[in-house]
Amino acid sequence: MTTKPTISKAELAEKLRGFVDANFVITDDETMKPYECDGMSMYCEMPLLVVLPETVTQVQRIMRICHQHGVPVVARGAGTGLSAGAMPNKEGVVLSLAKFNRILNIDPLARTASLQPGVRNLAISEEAAQYGLYYGPDPSSQIACTIGGNVAENSGGVHCLKYGLTVHNLLSVEIVTAEGDVVTVGSDGLDSCGMDLLALLTGSEGLLGVVTEVKVKLLPKPEVAQVVMAGFDSVQMAGDAVGGIISHGIIPGGLEMMDGYAIVAADDFAGAGYPREAKALLLCEVDGTEEEVHEHIAEAEEVFRKLGATSVRTSQSEEERALLWLGRKSAFPAVGRISPDYYCMDGTIPRRHIAYVLSEMDKMSEVFGLRVANVFHAGDGNLHPLILFDANVPGEFERTEAFGAAILKMCVDVGGCITGEHGVGVEKIRQMAIQFNDEELQQFHDVKAAFDPTGILNPGKAVPALKFCQEYRSLEYKQHKHEHTEAAQHG
Amino acid sequence: MADISQQLQEQVLQARAGGEKLNIVGGNTKAFIGREPSAEAGTLNVGEHTGIVDYHPVELVMTVRAGTPLADIEAVLAEQGQALHFEPPHFGPESTIGGTLACNLSGPARPWTGSVRDQVLGIRLINGKGEHLRFGGEVMKNVAGYDVSRLQAGALGTLGLITEISLKVMPSPAASMTLVQEMGIDEVLHYMNSRSAEPKPITAACWVDGKVYLRLSGAKTAVEATAEKWSGEVVEAGADFWRSVQDMQHDFFTRSDEALWRFSVNSTAVNPAIEGDWFIDWAGSQRWFRGASQLSDMEPLARAAGGQVSLFRGGDRSGEVMHGQPDALKAIQQRVKNSFDPDGIFNPGRLYSWL
Repeated sequence: MTTKPTISKAELAEKLRGFVDANFVITDDETMKPYECDGMSMYCEMPLLVVLPETVTQVQRIMRICHQHGVPVVARGAGTGLSAGAMPNKEGVVLSLAKFNRILNIDPLARTASLQPGVRNLAISEEAAQYGLYYGPDPSSQIACTIGGNVAENSGGVHCLKYGLTVHNLLSVEIVTAEGDVVTVGSDGLDSCGMDLLALLTGSEGLLGVVTEVKVKLLPKPEVAQVVMAGFDSVQMAGDAVGGIISHGIIPGGLEMMDGYAIVAADDFAGAGYPREAKALLLCEVDGTEEEVHEHIAEAEEVFRKLGATSVRTSQSEEERALLWLGRKSAFPAVGRISPDYYCMDGTIPRRHIAYVLSEMDKMSEVFGLRVANVFHAGDGNLHPLILFDANVPGEFERTEAFGAAILKMCVDVGGCITGEHGVGVEKIRQMAIQFNDEELQQFHDVKAAFDPTGILNPGKAVPALKFCQEYRSLEYKQHKHEHTEAAQHG
Repeated sequence: MADISQQLQEQVLQARAGGEKLNIVGGNTKAFIGREPSAEAGTLNVGEHTGIVDYHPVELVMTVRAGTPLADIEAVLAEQGQALHFEPPHFGPESTIGGTLACNLSGPARPWTGSVRDQVLGIRLINGKGEHLRFGGEVMKNVAGYDVSRLQAGALGTLGLITEISLKVMPSPAASMTLVQEMGIDEVLHYMNSRSAEPKPITAACWVDGKVYLRLSGAKTAVEATAEKWSGEVVEAGADFWRSVQDMQHDFFTRSDEALWRFSVNSTAVNPAIEGDWFIDWAGSQRWFRGASQLSDMEPLARAAGGQVSLFRGGDRSGEVMHGQPDALKAIQQRVKNSFDPDGIFNPGRLYSWL
């Protein structure tokens, strides 16, 4: 889609320095180095240059120049993304929104917050707390990730089943288009006239526009939250217990599952007092009014016991609740301690297939010769297998990627998807060909062109070029056959 | 219970080949929405494309063909103690789920439980090239590809024919209670918003004819305890009242033939200073006004209130009926339309004259 830029690095830098503070038009390799990747550090690229504008007008001027000269633009927030969505383009500009870090307004009566895109996710809830309000979506990177990035990725978190994803918690976004126009999509009202461009922009991974302002909805902080922890002898039983809770009409604020590997790793790390002998652990948080939580917690405990929980423990204080969550929240670093490297996958599956998917994953683990630990947003079916590997062992990362690809294919095969909340970026771009056919992918390309006719916004991410899909699908087919043969031989 | 998608696809391909246009019709209960249907266009009837394709109550997800009546869906959900939490309006027994999504229509619970758009997880769609495509899926978290499913909400069928929809469904609340009290329009916006800011199980708040109605739903103990703390008389036939609001059968909607305007605005905004009959719903976010006016006169009022206005029912439907779009967004929407429907087959001019 994109052609070679028609401007040199020096010329572009000079133009940008004409209106952006010269210290924040970065062109030297040493200062640009931190921008070479995002949270998915296996994928790196050095950009042409990095620019940190301070005003929307500057963003517009940058976009106009890049549009005129066909220079790729990769917008970047905190760089915590987990799919290499913010990986630079070597011929392009990294447009950092780091200076847009102000909370513009909180309206406690309307329960809204107006934000610059570089505001950290957690900072919204911290600021809103004085009014008894908070912002719903809480990705695990919330201490660092920014709201602009959350919009780009449609970020989730552990409370999605009840409180939704980013797309459910937005009122409007202001974007600068590829051509440099500023438009506001959405309004202070809940519904807007015309096609829902706000939904289209949310999760578009920086391919349709640069977010320069965001207005979010805030929620009243629940009176009480309590968590029930239940250990089970098998993943199947824990999966059934999740169904039991839902069938009972309880919608938990959070419902998380961990497998045996993850339980021990997290308990070693956090000392949360998890049942280390359990094969699966559920954390079920209920929030709401005192009466409601009291009623639902009692019901949840009963459901878990009835469905064979080997241990049930309910938090009796805020400290205990925090401790029980600490294990889950530190599951990633905890697993990081038992392995030199880990690779976090992000498929979603219909919950009823959890036992099947995890047992298949165990089999694949043997075939690929790599360990895998699982943490699972059981409430909404979002799976985070952590494949343990050592990047210093030649070929091990490649094997890890292949294992990951096989997991994602299985997620699609059981009716799920390749990414629940981390995005496609560069990392999962090949797997898009499993989930979508060429006509569907072409429709995505056509939508992209409607916003960005010359294709300068984050090119090469999120939606694969069709010719690569053909190659990948045939490769997949061969690999798949190969795996089956191998598995048969093992069997 | 029939899958007629192939037939629908063929009809689109034929229209394309013959340079024809098509007006999409499901249960034909929402013909009054949008601009007048094009007189030159033929009819693409999705009303026979019905049936539940997949439903696992434990997954809280249902997949259904677009022509399926809402009533059928709700009956099946009710057997499992579940419901469509966005409370779609029924304009007749034939109202379908496809039309509900295309028009993005949700009922009184919308600010708390989300809209139809919020609950959509995936769709199948026949675009203007006659391709039958699948977007999204049957899981709650899915960020692969652009959110084409939710893009359809409010597009009034201008991007293609929705043939299948996967929706998030939720358990019905164990208990509900409605409280009513008299209140003037000046006080009520602050009151409804303050109540909404409390961590209580509120699921509806409206004002009509000088009275404010609040609904509490959820665990029985929580509903009762909150009702005791809050002021207002308990409405015995609370469910009937909200049903009449949801289906727009409340006296406010039926007592006059004057044009009905819908304001979607900041919930706390001062009510526009025009004389007439008002119904305030969604704790102030949605406001209905009855009276003769021009869209060009209403738009500044809506903008001042932080939102938009549309001519929902009645009035002159040959001109624009939806809040105007700024030039840059107009251009984007024309290009998006073109990307789905390059020959402009579907519902020409129904949403905007220029689409």
